[in-house]
Amino acid sequence: MAKPRVLILRSPGANCNEETAHAFELAGAEVEQLHIQSLLNAPQRMDAFQVFCLPGGFSYGDDIAAGRILGNQVRLRLADACHRFRDAGKLVLGVCNGFQVLMKTGLLDLDLAGGPAATLTRNDRGRFEARWVQLSVAPGGCVFLAGIKSMELPVAHAEGKFVFRDRAARAKLQAEGRLVLRYTAASGGDAAYPENPNGAEADVAGLCDSTGRVLGLMPHPERFVDPTQHPRWTRGGVESVDGMRVFENAVRYFL
Amino acid sequence: MKLWEINVAPSPSQPDRDAERLVDAAREAGIANGLRAATARGFLIQSGALGEEPIDAIVRGVLTDGVIEQATVSQIAGAGAAGVGLAAPPSRLDGEPAVLLNVLPKPGVMDPVALSTTAAIGDLGFEPPLVRTFRKVWLAGADPATAKLIGERLLANDAIEQVVFGPLALDHLDAGGEYAFELKRVTLAGLDDGGLMRLSREGQLYLKLAEMQTLQRFFVELGREPTDIELETLAQTWSEHCSHKTLAGRIAYRDERGERRFENMLKETIFAATNTLRERWAADPEREDWCVSVFADNAGIVRFDAEDNLAFKVETHNHPSAIEPYGGANTGLGGVIRDILGVGLGAKPVANTDVFCFAPPETPDNAIPPGVLHPRRVMRGVVEGVRDYGNRMGIPTVNGAVYFDERYLGNPLVYCGDVGILPHAMSFKQTLPGDLIVAVGGRTGRDGIHGATFSSAELTSESEMSSGGAVQIGNAIEEKRVLDVLLRARDEGLYTAVTDCGAGGFSSAVGEMGEEIGAEVWLDRAPLKYDGLSYTEVWISEAQERMVLSVSPGKWERLHELCASEGVEATVIGRFEPTGRLVLKWGDRAVGDLPMTFLHDGRPPVVREATYKPPAAVPLAPPEKDDYTGDLLRILASPNVASKQAIIRQYDHEVQGGSVVKPLVGVASDGPGDAAVLRPKLSSRRGVVISCGMNPLYGGLDTYRMAASAIDEAIRNAVAVGANPARIGLLDNFCWGDCERAETLGSLVRAALACHDLSLAFEAPFISGKDSLNNEYSYEESNGEKRTISIPPSLLISAMGQVDDVARCVTMDFKQAGSAVYIVGETKDELGGSHYAKVNGLAGGQAPTVDGPYAKRVFAAMHAAIAEGAVAACHDLSEGGLAVALAEMAFAGGFGAAVDAAGMPGPDTPGADALAAAGRLFSESNTRFLCEVAGDKSAAFESALAGVPFARLGGVTDDPRVVVTLGDAKLIESDIATLKQSWQEPLAW
Repeated sequence: MAKPRVLILRSPGANCNEETAHAFELAGAEVEQLHIQSLLNAPQRMDAFQVFCLPGGFSYGDDIAAGRILGNQVRLRLADACHRFRDAGKLVLGVCNGFQVLMKTGLLDLDLAGGPAATLTRNDRGRFEARWVQLSVAPGGCVFLAGIKSMELPVAHAEGKFVFRDRAARAKLQAEGRLVLRYTAASGGDAAYPENPNGAEADVAGLCDSTGRVLGLMPHPERFVDPTQHPRWTRGGVESVDGMRVFENAVRYFL
Repeated sequence: MKLWEINVAPSPSQPDRDAERLVDAAREAGIANGLRAATARGFLIQSGALGEEPIDAIVRGVLTDGVIEQATVSQIAGAGAAGVGLAAPPSRLDGEPAVLLNVLPKPGVMDPVALSTTAAIGDLGFEPPLVRTFRKVWLAGADPATAKLIGERLLANDAIEQVVFGPLALDHLDAGGEYAFELKRVTLAGLDDGGLMRLSREGQLYLKLAEMQTLQRFFVELGREPTDIELETLAQTWSEHCSHKTLAGRIAYRDERGERRFENMLKETIFAATNTLRERWAADPEREDWCVSVFADNAGIVRFDAEDNLAFKVETHNHPSAIEPYGGANTGLGGVIRDILGVGLGAKPVANTDVFCFAPPETPDNAIPPGVLHPRRVMRGVVEGVRDYGNRMGIPTVNGAVYFDERYLGNPLVYCGDVGILPHAMSFKQTLPGDLIVAVGGRTGRDGIHGATFSSAELTSESEMSSGGAVQIGNAIEEKRVLDVLLRARDEGLYTAVTDCGAGGFSSAVGEMGEEIGAEVWLDRAPLKYDGLSYTEVWISEAQERMVLSVSPGKWERLHELCASEGVEATVIGRFEPTGRLVLKWGDRAVGDLPMTFLHDGRPPVVREATYKPPAAVPLAPPEKDDYTGDLLRILASPNVASKQAIIRQYDHEVQGGSVVKPLVGVASDGPGDAAVLRPKLSSRRGVVISCGMNPLYGGLDTYRMAASAIDEAIRNAVAVGANPARIGLLDNFCWGDCERAETLGSLVRAALACHDLSLAFEAPFISGKDSLNNEYSYEESNGEKRTISIPPSLLISAMGQVDDVARCVTMDFKQAGSAVYIVGETKDELGGSHYAKVNGLAGGQAPTVDGPYAKRVFAAMHAAIAEGAVAACHDLSEGGLAVALAEMAFAGGFGAAVDAAGMPGPDTPGADALAAAGRLFSESNTRFLCEVAGDKSAAFESALAGVPFARLGGVTDDPRVVVTLGDAKLIESDIATLKQSWQEPLAW
C-alpha cells in the first residue's frame, strides 16, 4: 500500500510545522505543507490526503485568544471539506496550538446544546511555560494512541488549561472515554503543579472526538522522535522514544 | 458611523488572573494592601455598517469564549448611541465602590491584536471595521491618589500608553489625518558653532560639531540649503548606531606600555586577528578557512557542513528597553532576527540567545532616580518582551545569562542574539543596477522615529518624554509571515539582495544596498499604517517587521504573487539607478538628492583620545576561617549565580525539535547547563554549540583581563559540552559608557586589544560584533546636583561551536556514585572581582589572567577526552570557582561528592606560591573544568589529558552531601538539598 499522505496546515504564526513534517516522514508518511490561504481558496485539496494535521505555534499571534482566529476560519470556511474528511474515515491531529484551534472547529464533537463542552484557557500560573511532563494514556478507540499506556513529552504553552463548561459536560466526556491523555504524577497519582503544568481540570492533556480519529493534545509528540531530544538522555536509559509512537500509529492505520 | 465598546471579563466562576497579579504587585511595591480588583479586555469597534445584531455575532463568534468569559456591550457614539462608555464594576467586586481605569495605547502605537481583530471580523463576512484594544481595571479599596499611582507604576507605561479614569467618553477613533505636502528646507548657512550644535540637538540629529561643520560646508559649496530629509538621512547614516564611528575611527591610545595610534581601531584589532587567522589557514594545506563572510554583512557567516553555513549575530537594544522594557526587548529580538533574515540572501533562524544586565531587583524605591523604572519592572518587561517575540517566531531561546549591578539602574542592557542556517550558495548578495527596491512586510507608521540617532544620545530624566517616538512595539506574527515567505522567495531566486529595516528604517536599508550604485526612492508609494506621514517620516520611520529586497523587474510579478499568497504586503518603492546618487521623491517632486559618496564617506574623521591607567594594586586578603559553607551558600544565592529557571521556562527552548543539550539539565532538569547544543538539521547528527562569557566585575581591575576572561569563559563553556575548540567563532558586543571621556574609551581599547590577542592565541576568529556606547544616565538630585550613572564596562562574548555528532555531548550533572572527580587546569590566587569578594565586600586583588597558548592546549586535551567518551559530566569553573561548580554538579545530578582541595594543580605544583583555602575554593582562575569520570574510564581520561595540568580530587557519593576538605580540615559540608534551595530561591518569581 502507498504511503499515507499527510497535510500539515501552515498559517501565519504556525511554527512547529517543520518538525511535525519530519516526525511524520520518519514514521513513513508522505507530507505536504499547505498554507491556510491556499486551502481557503481550494478546500477540495484536502481530499487528496489521509491525515490532516494542525501543528503547534501561535496562529495569528494567538491574538484575542489562542487558536481563535484560525479556528474560526476552519469552522466557517472549511467546514464541508473537514467533515467530509472525517466522515471518510481519515485522521485529524492537532498539537498544542493545533489543539487550541481544533477545540473551536467543531471536529472534536464538543458542541452541546448550551455551547461548547470545554475550552482551553490561560495556565494557572498566568504565563508561558516549557517543561517535560508525564502522561497517562487511556487510548480507548483513539487511533493515534493505540497500545500506549504512558508517555513523557514536553509541553510549551501559555493557554493550555483544560476547563469543562460544567459538571455535566465533564461527566459526559469522561463517560464517553474521550479524555484520553492526562498529566500524571511520577508516582502515577493525581498531578499537582508542575506535574500538571497548567492547572487543567481532571488533569486533561488531550481529548479525542467520538470516532477516535480526531485527537487534540497540548504536549508535543513531534519533539520526542529522537533519543537526544529527551532532557535526560545524557544520563542514559532512554528506552522509548515516546512521541514517535503517535506518528507510527497514524501511519500504521492506513497500511 | 457607530462606535461600540465591548468589555470581555472572566465569568464570575473563573479566576481573574490579571486582577490577582495586580493586587500582588501593588502589595509587593508597597503601594496598597487589601486592595480588590477586577479586569476586562476592552475593544473599541468603529464602523458605519455594524448594528446591534452583527456586533452580537462578533462578540460571540470572535471576542468571547463562552465557557469562561462574559461580555458587556455599549454603543458609545453614533446614531442611537447610549452615549457613555461601560463603567459598572464586575460582580466579583460585590458592589463595592471602585475606581475605573482604562489603559489605552497612545495614538500610533502598534496594536497587533486590533489588526488581527479587524481581520477576524472580516472572516465572519462583515466589512472589516477600525478596532482599538485596551485594558480595563476596577480598583476597590483604593483612593483616587492610590489608583493614580497604580496606574502609573504598575499598569501603564507613559511612553506608549495613557490612563483614562472613569467611563470612556470618545466620539470616534482617530484614523490619522491628511498629509499636506510641503517641502522643508533647513538653514545651515551662516550658523555659528553654537547655532550648529543647537540644530544638532534640537533636531535630534545628535551629530558632533565637526560633522555639522562638514555638512554646512558641503551645502554652501552646492549653493543651496539642505532639505529636512537630506539632513535626516545624513544624521542617520553618520549616527553612532549605523556607522560605529567611534570604534571604527581614529584613536590615540596610551597605557602603561606606551602609545599606539589607530586609523580604524576595530579593523586593526579584532578584524585584524580574524584576517591573520584566515590567511594562516588558507596558506596551510592541512587546514581550512571555515570563515565565509565576516564583518561584512548583517551577521557573521561560517561553514557548517557540505551544504550549509551558519550565521550568528548579537545586537543590543538598551535605550529603548530602559524606557519601555517590553517593547524595547521585543523589538530588540525582532531586529536581530531580521539581521539573520537579511544576511546573505536570507538565513533560517534556528536559535535565539539573550543576555540581560539589570540593577538588583531589591533596589529600594527611594533609590530610584527620577525618570527611571524600577529594576523589577524593567526585568519583568524585558523577560516578557523577549518571551513573547521569540516564542511567537518559533525560534528556540537556548542560551543566555543575567547579570546584576547597581550601575545598570538607569541603563539596563538587553543583548539579543540569533543563529541562522543558510545554503552555501545563498551566502552572498549583489544588488544590480536597474533592480526594483521592494519593501516587504509591515506597514510604515510613526514608530521609532529617531531611534538610530537616539541611541547615540545619553539618557536623561527627560528622555521618556522627548523620545517616546523612539519606542516601538513589535508584531511577531508579521515578522513570522515575512520569514516564511522570504525563505520561499529566496529558494525560487526571486531577488538579488536583501537587508532588514533596522535603525534608520528605509534610509539605512536603501542607503546601504545602493551604496555602490545609486537609488531613486518613491516615498509616496510606501504603504502606511495610517495617513498623515510626511515624506521624511516615511523615510526614517523605524516601524518594525520590514525588509527591503532588490528585485530584477522580470521577477517582480512572481514575488508579488508569492507574497500575496501568504498575506504579506510587497510594494515597489523605487529603483537602484546607476547614478551614484540617492534621489528621494514624493510624487514627481524631488525632496532629496545626495551623492552616495558623500553620504557614506563624507563624515569627517575625528581623532579621539584614549587612555588607560591600571588601578594601583591592592592586595585582597581573605579572612582566615575554619568553615566556608556559609560563603558557598551566599555565592549560590547571589543573583548572578542563582538559578534563572523562572526566566528560562518562559522561553520555548525546544521548538524546531533540534534542542540536544537544553539550558536546564540534570536528573530533575534544573541544573545550569554550560552551553546549548542543537541540531539545526533534523536529518543530520551534526550540532551547533552556543555559549557566552561576560564578567563586568573584572572591569574595574583590568579590562584586558576582563575581556580575556570573557573569551576564555565563552570557549570553555562550549568545550565543556563537547564543542571542538578548533572551530569556534566569536562575537563581541561592547556596551560602554560615554567614550568622549578618554579613560572610558581607553578601557574599551584595552579590551579590544585583549580580543585581538586571545583570538589569535585560541585561533578562534571573531566573525561579527556590535557596540553600544553612551550607556549613561543623568539626572538631578533633589538638591539640584547633577548625577550621572555610567554602566560598568560590559563586554559580552558569544561563542558558536560545532560538534560532529551530538550523541558525544556531555552535561554537567553527576551521573553515578563511585565516579572520580577531576579538576583540569591550574588554580591561582585570583580572587579580584570574584563572587567570593563580592559577597564578602572585599576590594582589590588580581582579576584572573589567561595564558593563551596554555589555555589552547587545555581546551584541545579536554575536547579529546570528551570526544573519546571518557567524561561522564563536565562543568566549567567560573563565578564562585571550584566550590560552586562542585555544588552545582552535585545537586543537578542528585548525588553527593567528597573532595580534597589539596593537590590542586597550581598551588600544589612544586615551587608554586601557597594558596589559602578561600583561594582554592573560590578563586575564579580561567581555563578550568571539573569532570566526572567513571571508574573504568580513568586511564583513558588521564591519557587524553597528558601534558596539561589535572588532578583527581575525590569522588561522587551516594551520601547526598557535598564535603570539601583540605587535608584533615573540613572546609565545606552541606547537603545538596540545602545547596540547591539556596541557589533556586532568590529568583524564583
